[in-house]
Amino acid sequence: MAAPIAIHLEFGGGAELLFGSVKEHHVTLPNQSEPWDMKQLLVWIRGNMLKERPELFVQGDTVRPGILVLINDADWELMGELEYELQDKDNVVFISTLHGG
Amino acid sequence: MAEEVSCLKARLMEKEKEIVALKNKLALEKNSLIDLQEKVTTLPPLKLKAALSNEDIMRYSRQLILPEFGVQGQLNLSQTSVLVVGCGGLGCPLAQYLAAAGIGRVGLLDYDEVELSNLHRQVLHGEDSQGQAKAQSAAHAVRRLNSTVECIPYHLQLSPENALQLIQQYDIVADCSDNVPTRYLVNDACVLSGKPLVSASALRMEGQLTVYNYRGGPCYRCLYPKPPPPEMVTNCSDGGILGVVPGIMGCFQALEVLKIASGQGSSCGQQLLMFDAQDAKFRSIRLRSKQASCAVCGENPTVTHLVDYEKFCGSAATDKCRRLSLLSKDQRVTVQEYKSIVDNTAAHLLLDVRPLVEVDICHLPTSLNIPLSSLEDRKSEHIRVLKERIGRVKEQMSNESQVPVYVICKLGNDSQKAVQVLEKMSGSEVDFVTVKDICGGLMAWAQKIDPSFPQY
Repeated sequence: MAAPIAIHLEFGGGAELLFGSVKEHHVTLPNQSEPWDMKQLLVWIRGNMLKERPELFVQGDTVRPGILVLINDADWELMGELEYELQDKDNVVFISTLHGG
Repeated sequence: MAEEVSCLKARLMEKEKEIVALKNKLALEKNSLIDLQEKVTTLPPLKLKAALSNEDIMRYSRQLILPEFGVQGQLNLSQTSVLVVGCGGLGCPLAQYLAAAGIGRVGLLDYDEVELSNLHRQVLHGEDSQGQAKAQSAAHAVRRLNSTVECIPYHLQLSPENALQLIQQYDIVADCSDNVPTRYLVNDACVLSGKPLVSASALRMEGQLTVYNYRGGPCYRCLYPKPPPPEMVTNCSDGGILGVVPGIMGCFQALEVLKIASGQGSSCGQQLLMFDAQDAKFRSIRLRSKQASCAVCGENPTVTHLVDYEKFCGSAATDKCRRLSLLSKDQRVTVQEYKSIVDNTAAHLLLDVRPLVEVDICHLPTSLNIPLSSLEDRKSEHIRVLKERIGRVKEQMSNESQVPVYVICKLGNDSQKAVQVLEKMSGSEVDFVTVKDICGGLMAWAQKIDPSFPQY
């Protein structure tokens, strides 16, 4: 059994609009038999935090194009993307790319 | 007689002096006229500069004494050309600082003209340049600031046809554009011509900056292989922007360009700088490296020439608002038709579905405001008010027909979405209603019915 873990989620660049315009969320992921990874986190966010129009955030089992995911201030591509195993106190940021000028 | 001759001689000399003065003035005026380029032409190479003049030394003295910069940095700047794609909120401060610092040549590209609603953030343009090409207006401002900088204004839309020819002629490219297709186009053109791309963007109270295709780092496509869905892209006229936010990001772009041009190098090559103006926070993120699988800079590129970027992104290469067409003709009325409904005092409900912040700017006196998002979320207090107002209109009606509801917003996009939501609610969540949208929204009302109604 993996113990529950507390992580810090942040949304920015407009992605926060899908989460009641709240940028920062402290969440606790319940204990489960396997460790939490990013793939499961996306499923959890979809089920627990996203009320409307989930397709604006997730597509298939990953985030939709135009959203950059950062784990502890690094591009998630450097951390293993969907396979990254979350640790207690991790900081995960979902940032929508801006195009205005 | 002799007196008359000397008098004539004196007058002649005076006139000759006047002619010289007028000729000088003419030459000066001619000099200050900048040729606006409507198409891409081939530029002569920048003149080699071996040493700084005394005037240069005085002018740039405060940056010359920086050990990081120095005389060599200044000479390097004078040998560098920079293409600024977009003379808006980012491009204006960027061009200003590049010119002030003494960059050799700056290309200023923009297809658009100056409008009043640009002036709060596009700070090189003034009230008197409304209607002028932005490239021209920016060039004039830059010329006034530093006449030794060679300034080339392009009044044209960057396209797959002209982008390579243009970008190949510059050393550094700065993306200050305002839309997704242009960002992919500029990226691909920079990769194909091997130019570093200093890219920034801003919206609402946030900004982002990265240097792409620089010293083996990733390109824009490495980060964003697929374009975002067009409906998820917000532009400045829809989302809003505080002028100083692109101002800060444009200045940051200038900093990175100057560091690359002077020879110090940028540290943003594999880094995303994020700025949150609300919390006054900067944050630097380590980005992925260049991707072997990238379609344009990877090991087996599939993009080997410029493609159709509007098609690739499913949106137009402009930040002008899109016009949705979700409803059939009988579900819509024109502003003229709605005016006659008001004039005939026919019982109806006018529903304004804009966000409250926009309703505060202006609204029609009889309208009920329920934002589209509240309708979509079925916010209970809003639904209660809606029911109540529909009931009141029903009481005014003499016959048993359905209550007519007219939906309005700024431009007539959200109002169509709201009609679809209300049609689903009709007869279940609220009384039966006949819902129509007012084509073109309040801006059409201002243009065609009431010229005293504010436009924004």
